[in-house]
Amino acid sequence: MEYLIRFAQVHETFRRPELEALATVTGVDLEIIHYSQYSPYCLVRLPDEAAARALISRCILAKDIYELWGQGANYEEVYADVRRRTQARWAEYRDVSFRFAVDCFAGKRSQAAKTDIIQSFSFLGFEGPIRMKDVDEEFAVLEEYVSDVEAKAPTATTTTTTEPSPIPVDEGQEPKKIYFGRWVALSGRHAISKYDLKKRRYISTTSMDAELSLVTANMALAAPGKVFFDPFVGTGSFCVAAAHFGALTLGSDIDGRSFRGRDPAPGKPTGVMLNFEQYGLKSKFMDTFTSDLTHTPLLNRPILDGIICDPPYGVREGLRVLGTRDGRPREPRFVDGVPAHQLPGFVAPRKPYGFEAMLNDILNFAARSLVTDGRLSMWMPTASDEDGELAIPKHPNLEVISVSVQSFGNWSRRLITYKRLPEGFVSDMTVRRQKVDDEGVNADDLNAFRRMYFTRNKGGEN
Amino acid sequence: MKVLTANFITCAIKDCKASPKSFPLHFQNAELELQELEFQPDFLRHILPRIDWDSLRVTANELGFPSIPETKPEGEELNNEELLRNLHQLLLETQVMEGKLVCDNCGHEYMIKEGIANFLLPSHLV
Repeated sequence: MEYLIRFAQVHETFRRPELEALATVTGVDLEIIHYSQYSPYCLVRLPDEAAARALISRCILAKDIYELWGQGANYEEVYADVRRRTQARWAEYRDVSFRFAVDCFAGKRSQAAKTDIIQSFSFLGFEGPIRMKDVDEEFAVLEEYVSDVEAKAPTATTTTTTEPSPIPVDEGQEPKKIYFGRWVALSGRHAISKYDLKKRRYISTTSMDAELSLVTANMALAAPGKVFFDPFVGTGSFCVAAAHFGALTLGSDIDGRSFRGRDPAPGKPTGVMLNFEQYGLKSKFMDTFTSDLTHTPLLNRPILDGIICDPPYGVREGLRVLGTRDGRPREPRFVDGVPAHQLPGFVAPRKPYGFEAMLNDILNFAARSLVTDGRLSMWMPTASDEDGELAIPKHPNLEVISVSVQSFGNWSRRLITYKRLPEGFVSDMTVRRQKVDDEGVNADDLNAFRRMYFTRNKGGEN
Repeated sequence: MKVLTANFITCAIKDCKASPKSFPLHFQNAELELQELEFQPDFLRHILPRIDWDSLRVTANELGFPSIPETKPEGEELNNEELLRNLHQLLLETQVMEGKLVCDNCGHEYMIKEGIANFLLPSHLV
C-alpha cells in the first residue's frame, strides 16, 4: 500500500533519517518512493495501516499520514488515478460521516476555488453526513506548487540550504503536483509543545530545544526496555526526551551542579528530577552522577542501548577534564588527618581538554559500552566551510547511519548517528575526520572550533 | 544511586578498572530510601542479561536486602511476577541517599550525597 507522509517544512536534513530510524525501532518495512527536501509530501510504501500508525505515532518532524488514493500533475490525472486505485472501495465509505480538506504547499487558493475542488470529487458518491468535528473519515487534497526556493536552489549543496523557507507563488498559478488521500493518523509532533522549554521547570542557557531533543532520541531508537545514557547531561533535555519514548535514562556530568540544580534541599526534588516529575516520567529516571567521561566509572562492557549527547563546544567556557594544567599531580593534602579530597566541598583539579580528543573519547566510550546495534547520536559543531564527509569522526566499531545539519550561518552543527557493529565487523574508515588538537595548554590553543568562532563572531554571543 | 546503577559501575581509576577486585564497589554507611515506582516487568526482562548476578548478590547483602536467588532467573522464571516485583524493588526502587562506595582494589572512597555519587578524582589518582 502507498501512503503519503506530510512533513513539517523544518529541519529538512533530519526528516528522512528520523523516518528511517522509526522504521527500524518499530520493525516496519518502509520503502521511500519519493522524498524531496523542498516538499512536505513524502510518498512511501508500507505493508498495512497498522504499520503506518506505528511508524508515524512517534515521528516528530512529520505531521500526519494519509492513505494515498490518487496523484497526478493535474486534476484529470488525479481523478483517473483515484478511480483506478480505489473505485472498488467507494461503497465502504458511502454512508460514513466525512469531511474534505484542501492543503496548498507554497501556493494559495481562494475559499471558492477550494470548494470547487472539493465538489469535483463528488464522483466518489459519498452520501454520509458532512461534519467538521468527530468525523469517521477525513479526505484531503494536497497541492504542491513550485517554490522559488527550489527554482533557484543550486544542486548538490544540501548543507548550505538546510533551512529553505518556501516563498508562496502567486494566486492563480497551477500546482506542480496533486495528491488525494484518506487521513490515517496523527504524528507524535504534539510532544514538542508538551516539552517546550518555556514551560519546563529546570533549564539553562544550553538546554537543547524540545523538537531536536526528541528527534535525537528517535535517531538513537529510544524505546521501552532500553537504557540510555547522556555523558554531558546538563539539565537533562536528552534524558527527558529518551524517557518520553520509554527508555530508562542515566546521566553524568563533570559539573554536578548542572543536573543537581539550584538550592538543593533534603527531601525535595531539584534539578533534572524536577523535570522528570513535571512530565510524570519518574519511573524512567535511573540515575545521575558526577563524573568525567575520560574517567568514567561505567564498566567497560556493553550495557547501554543508546548514548545521546550534545558535547560542550568549549565556546562559553573552555573544555575541561580531570588533571592538572602542568600534567604534574598534586600531592594529596590532609586536613586533620583526613585526605582533603574526601572532604565536602573538595573541587577536583581540571585541565583544558582538546575538542578532537573529546570527540575521540566519546567514540571510544560508545564502542566499549554500547550493545550490538546500540546507537550513539551525537551533536557536533563545525565551521561551515569545513564540509562533507571529511568532517565526520569515525570509529572502526561504529557505522555512520545518518548525518543531519542545522545551519547558523558561519557555523553549523551536525547530528551524527552511529550504530555499534557486531564483533568481527569493521566500518569503512577511508574517508574520515583526521584532525588532531594543536599543541598548547589553554582552551584556545586546544580548540580550533572555538578559535574560529571567536575570530568570526567578534562580539557575538552563543 | 539505585542498585541497578551500582551494578554497572566500577572504580573510576584507570588501573583499577582492569582488576576484578574493583567490581562491585562496596557500599558503606548507606542510608536507604524506598521510592515507589511504576512496575516495569518488560524492562527487567530486557536488562537482566546485562546484570552481573554475583555482584548484585554482594550489593544486596551489604544493603541488608533479604536474600535474592542464587542464580540469575532465566526462561520460565522470568514470568514469575513475585520474583520480578522483588527485583524491581531492589534494582529500581531502592536508592542509596547518603554513604560511600569503596573500591576493594585501591581503597578509594566515592561519596554519595542526596542520592548523587561523585566519581571525580583528585589529581594524584588521574
